[in-house]
Amino acid sequence: MIKTFESTREAFGETLVKLARKDKDIVAVAADTSKSMLTTLLEKEFPDRAIEVGIAEQNMMLVAAGLASCGKKVFATSYSVFTSMRAIEQFRTFIAYPGLNVKVIAGLGGFSAGIEGVTHLGLEDLGIIRCIPGVTLITAADSITASRAITGLSKMVGPAYLRIGRDPSPVVFSEEDEFEIGKARVVLDFGNDIVIFANGAVLHTAIEAAERLKKDGILVKIVEVHTLKPLDEEGIIRYAKECKSILTVEEHNIIGGLYSAVSELLSNKYPKRIEFIAVKDEFTESGLPDRLREKYGLSVSNIVEKSKSIYQKGM
Amino acid sequence: MEPTKKRIELLKEKTLIIRQYILKMSYFVEKGCKAHPGPALSISDILTALYFEYLNVFPDDPNNPGRDRLVLSKGHAYLALYAVLAEKGFFDKSLLLSVRREGSILQGHPDMNKVPGVDMTTGSLGNGLGTGVGMALAAKIDNRGYKTVVIIGDGESQEGVVWEAAECAVKYKLSNLVAIIDKNNFQGCGSIEKIMPGIKHKERWEAFGWNVIEIDGHDHKEILSSFEEIERNRNNPLCIIASTVKGRGLSFMENDNSWHQKTLTEDEYNKGCEELGMSCDKDI
Repeated sequence: MIKTFESTREAFGETLVKLARKDKDIVAVAADTSKSMLTTLLEKEFPDRAIEVGIAEQNMMLVAAGLASCGKKVFATSYSVFTSMRAIEQFRTFIAYPGLNVKVIAGLGGFSAGIEGVTHLGLEDLGIIRCIPGVTLITAADSITASRAITGLSKMVGPAYLRIGRDPSPVVFSEEDEFEIGKARVVLDFGNDIVIFANGAVLHTAIEAAERLKKDGILVKIVEVHTLKPLDEEGIIRYAKECKSILTVEEHNIIGGLYSAVSELLSNKYPKRIEFIAVKDEFTESGLPDRLREKYGLSVSNIVEKSKSIYQKGM
Repeated sequence: MEPTKKRIELLKEKTLIIRQYILKMSYFVEKGCKAHPGPALSISDILTALYFEYLNVFPDDPNNPGRDRLVLSKGHAYLALYAVLAEKGFFDKSLLLSVRREGSILQGHPDMNKVPGVDMTTGSLGNGLGTGVGMALAAKIDNRGYKTVVIIGDGESQEGVVWEAAECAVKYKLSNLVAIIDKNNFQGCGSIEKIMPGIKHKERWEAFGWNVIEIDGHDHKEILSSFEEIERNRNNPLCIIASTVKGRGLSFMENDNSWHQKTLTEDEYNKGCEELGMSCDKDI
């Protein structure tokens, strides 16, 4: 059982400062998010390198593009609903298309902004960003992954989008765990009855479900697909072949995210039925994140139930 | 210092060459790839003057980090930019007639990774100024003396993000940033006064905190004086509002908005060649 909770936003802010100390070209741009995304930590040490453009996400992307065109390694920070929608054209045309070195850090991903309601819920962002060529797309399951992803991204040249959360969330990984951008990783391996491909804030939910399933004799392998793009095709196909059944679990609309990515890949390379746990293409509502996850199907019991039904039907 | 007559004469000759290239590109563009002569001609005088009299750029080293930056926010004036960059020696003039054709470096709108000398990909309106703010900020962070010049259309100024960038530039006191407004009074679907009436450009930029000067965008003396103003500019970014004529230089295109994007007939091309004093052959 997971006992520690840490904020992915703090992980970002702290990691960024550490990286910036070693690399003078790292700068951050915030859109009235310097406090909430903790670029204030960078500002404290390097005031010139923390830009705050105000409530203007489109301009944030453009300023980031201009800075990157002059050799800066830019981290642009806002909330996933705005980075993926309000400012999507600026991201697509002025960052992704020219291949500029801008890493978008998208806070408040998925249900983590639950209390704010649909206006602030980023449940479509990964699908939207996945449509854009040339972008590295990652969703972090916990603070450790967020920190590792940010460090990894800082060493890569080119556009990227990293979804993180809001409040402290369960820590799934330890510092010793291996992490490589673009490589799916086995998080838990009880057996080959079902492979659960999962990512983001509900990875820990899937882990809990797997532990319960084990007690009922259903042995699950959990593979975290933190990088949706480039997708670890070889890894996903290998795990799909190893296991009898396939389930995806994600904190995202059913369209465009992990289920879509895995389905697109396997339908072409290793056709097999794939079951899913995701938000079923509907607008949700405001509420506590965990309550919303429960209500919209991203719960331990739902994963257990779905897994049992897959197992019994032998799908 | 009063610009010398000699400089102005040379600049006029240079701009005539640019207009000739624009005419040839507009006519010889691959069938169906119709180009935008009107908005290119309105900025021809300013753009030519910038590249031949002001900007510190390096055709043999186009990505030199110390270079001045130019962002053509009104990317649909690509014909003028391509013509000037070719004339300046950034790439071979023979490429000009490949404009908009698949496989060409001269894409439908400017691509910074394909065209040497293009500092920012543009074409989607309203977005150039924000990128210019980023470039000017980078200059300040790195203590570099380069200037960033952004050319914005008057119609394009209807885009809200222009004003997000405008206030940000003032916040950071980007006196190394210049916005040139190509005030040709037209946009895609007609006259600006009809589509979005009553805009007072000078007052608007001043209200945002910019230093503002107004010039005749076809008067070389005034254009050169405005460059001196860029050098003198302090504290806040500078906006140069240039009154221009869409289609300037070809009698049948001037103030006729149908030339926003259109290919010439043979008769029109011949007439254009006559007006610009050039041969009608395909060579550039």
